[in-house]
Amino acid sequence: MKLSVWTYEGPPHVGAIRVATAMENVHLVLHAPQGDTYADLLFTMIERRNHRPPVTYTTFQARDLGSDTASLFKKSCIEAYERFKPELLLVGASCTAELIQDDPGGLAETLGLPVPVVPLELPSYQRKENFGADETFFQIVKRLSRPLEKTEEITCNLIGPTALGFRHRDDITEITKVLNSMGIQVNICAPYGATPRDIEVISQAHFNVLMYPETGEMACRFLERTFSQPFTKTVPIGVGALSDFVKEVSEIVGANEINAETYSQLPWYSASVDSTYLTGKRVFIFGDGTHAMAAARIARDEIGFEVVGLGCFNREMARPMRKLAASFGVDALISDDYLEVEKHIQAIAPELILGTQMERHIGKRLGIPCAVISAPVHVQDFPARYSPQMGPEGANVIFDTWVHPLVMGLEEHLLTMFRDDFEFHDQAGPSHHAAHSPSPKSELIPEAVTEGDLDHKIIWLQDAEKELRKIPFFVRGKARKNTEKYAQNNGYSEISIETLYEAKAHYAR
Amino acid sequence: MPNENSLAGCSSAPVLKERGQHEVFCGLTSIIWLHRKMQDAFFLVVGSRTCAHLLQSAAGVMVFAEPRFATAILEETDLAGMADAQLELERTVAELLSRRTDIKRLFLVGSCPSEVIKLDLATAAEKLSEKYFPRVNVINYSGSGIETTFTQGEDACLEAVIRGLEPSEEKQLLILGALPDIVHDQMLRLLDQLGLKNVSVLPQIRVEDEVAVGSNTYFICAQPFLGASFDEMVRRGAIPITAPFPFGANGTTAWLKAIADTFGVSENTFKAVTDAPRRRAELAIEKVSKILKSRSVFFFPDSQLEIPLARFLNQECGMNLIEVGSPYIHKTLVGPDLELLPETTTLSEGQDVDKQLDRLLLGAPDLTVCGLGLANPLEAKGFTTKWAIELVFSPIHFYEQAADLASLFARPINRSEKLKIGRVA
Repeated sequence: MKLSVWTYEGPPHVGAIRVATAMENVHLVLHAPQGDTYADLLFTMIERRNHRPPVTYTTFQARDLGSDTASLFKKSCIEAYERFKPELLLVGASCTAELIQDDPGGLAETLGLPVPVVPLELPSYQRKENFGADETFFQIVKRLSRPLEKTEEITCNLIGPTALGFRHRDDITEITKVLNSMGIQVNICAPYGATPRDIEVISQAHFNVLMYPETGEMACRFLERTFSQPFTKTVPIGVGALSDFVKEVSEIVGANEINAETYSQLPWYSASVDSTYLTGKRVFIFGDGTHAMAAARIARDEIGFEVVGLGCFNREMARPMRKLAASFGVDALISDDYLEVEKHIQAIAPELILGTQMERHIGKRLGIPCAVISAPVHVQDFPARYSPQMGPEGANVIFDTWVHPLVMGLEEHLLTMFRDDFEFHDQAGPSHHAAHSPSPKSELIPEAVTEGDLDHKIIWLQDAEKELRKIPFFVRGKARKNTEKYAQNNGYSEISIETLYEAKAHYAR
Repeated sequence: MPNENSLAGCSSAPVLKERGQHEVFCGLTSIIWLHRKMQDAFFLVVGSRTCAHLLQSAAGVMVFAEPRFATAILEETDLAGMADAQLELERTVAELLSRRTDIKRLFLVGSCPSEVIKLDLATAAEKLSEKYFPRVNVINYSGSGIETTFTQGEDACLEAVIRGLEPSEEKQLLILGALPDIVHDQMLRLLDQLGLKNVSVLPQIRVEDEVAVGSNTYFICAQPFLGASFDEMVRRGAIPITAPFPFGANGTTAWLKAIADTFGVSENTFKAVTDAPRRRAELAIEKVSKILKSRSVFFFPDSQLEIPLARFLNQECGMNLIEVGSPYIHKTLVGPDLELLPETTTLSEGQDVDKQLDRLLLGAPDLTVCGLGLANPLEAKGFTTKWAIELVFSPIHFYEQAADLASLFARPINRSEKLKIGRVA
């Protein structure tokens, strides 16, 4: 039993729904109790989908348990087929139906429906949403794909985008543009927008672009094994990764000269003088493995941040994440415990969080700016405008998104100059935000965050406390913590202005 | 067909009973408002990842970093042997209570998986109550989807609370149902002005707000979905008062009148207290509801508020009712509202969502009241919709909210008329 407040991932059947909803002419019959239909609103409200997800829930009740839930399942299958006439039927069970062991796959088999039926194994008590999506798509590909001659022109498949994915819709457009500029056509994109007929011709592409390992890796490995279709390992988020991706694709298709349209504004924006204020800002990065690892590289190599913490919520990515974190000189945080992540953030007191909607909430509570880089998604993560993460435009979007929560460069310099100005002070927040308020606010950063860790209580003398408040708020938590640590290491019981500046010099970077 | 009797309106009309896919929330969802209402209570769902995911998805935003609800997620090891699950639960509760010393009431909430594996939460609650006595009172109920629909979660919770109430023979009025603060206070003010003493409300905001029950207890429901709590009160010897629910000017007046008559409040006092706010409400409704007049409305089943709200929209806003669907119709509770519905109304109980959508297409209503899963797909097809869940969360009871209630329905129609750009999705 695991005590859980908020979860980063839903159960595996939600992953299956993400695949079914992304595709066309597919229907999923899910053996599930009434109430599990809440999953529909994720798609219709958060993603603003204009159709109900193609899912029939058997919605059994307590009185059905005594009688015959298996017949209810069969009836639902037949009615769903009659009403929706899909080209492919998926069948599976949610957590409760898994316990009553009706065997949806076997039951559907006996119905003799005139379309392929793919049974899904979704172990609700062991695995989670991303696994459910990965597994569902793999089973569909395994069932429908067949050996075909490769196309005459060079083509690839885009693999991994699903419904309810973080900017998947726009990443598809952006990556298609990049590939087209290299003279490569897209054979199919799947699951997003694909029909079962499309999956049947998946093997005629020369290679696969694995856009999101979380939801497409099993299928890519299967296609490599079965049809010798290589797949790309670099996820083209960020300028450096995009360039590596282009090289990787060129090698796969055997092109000597690389010619791709990859121009992005990000390098110049990072190099321009306004961005000096970004240099060395301490960031904490957390999300799904793919987005968090891509963000770490951009943060360090393309913006000049200092990555002080890095991690992901999906254990499947723990190994590559640990390796990358080690190369950044930090310990990876692999956890799906929201409270643990919060504690971690509080302890390292970063100046910026790059995280999920969960970390945005943590940031709000702790008064730390946050930009969202990964699922789990909310309605805000589906903007009306074009805003991919991948490709050259993705890099532009990322630069703007990450900088937006921060105080602007020139403004930050002014803050240092006007520290105690009654209108222009650091607690007013960035002036371009709606919440900007020139009236003094209460201190947001928790006082003495480290008190519990210290062996004995260290007293801040009044002058030192006052001086501490003159330090800009986004580094104040860190300054307080460093000073206390310094005082403790040197056996001081009081902190004076002198101690504050000694510590500052000691920890100067 | 129910047997013929002389009741008016829709109370003896045939009900279309359907069994098919139910597009509704399960009872766990009511934790979202219950935990705000009961300020020293913690709701521990014993369930799966799906339960946890539902709670955070239905809540929409995570306003509270550490809310007063959580899920003890069952894992493979818990399913293997029952003895383990009980010990695991004790360990989890110990972990929780050591972190949250502010908790005085702990609800162990059963879910679909815990019911199916027959995890005995009643025994667990009893044992834990003894262990943590007197600091924490541990109560169990089920919010599982196999037994409860959406608001029935509050019903199951209150039923469990009532079962544990001390007996009392004092004459008193007990009001059942969680209400938003502003409405709660208005209600108590009105009852106080009517001269009623000894009024209490369930659920209690804090455990110190002592409530007892006995044969001199009169009770009335402020929410129509409290059928099981109603029955439990009757079992405890309490005397029910039934009336149309307090929505709109008429509903509020009828509800208050039923109480006033029971407690022998004079006609003059009643008029003196209710005339002014009633007139205020009528005028306000008239202004807001112009756009609703003669338009048609179709209710998908959601919260059991459908019948009383349909009564309000028809009787006080002049809307035509095409179909009024409810997950469950408790005839004693909603009887007085049913009597006031036009005989032509189609009533449906339970759901087969696909067939109901077919009927919606045929009925082509001006306004569709439905859950969040259906709303955007219907908007994309050109239907104007009102999310049902907002009716559960918003202050809509009594006189001063009557116009707000009407405007919740008026706003979507208003928007449809304002937008001049089509709605291609």
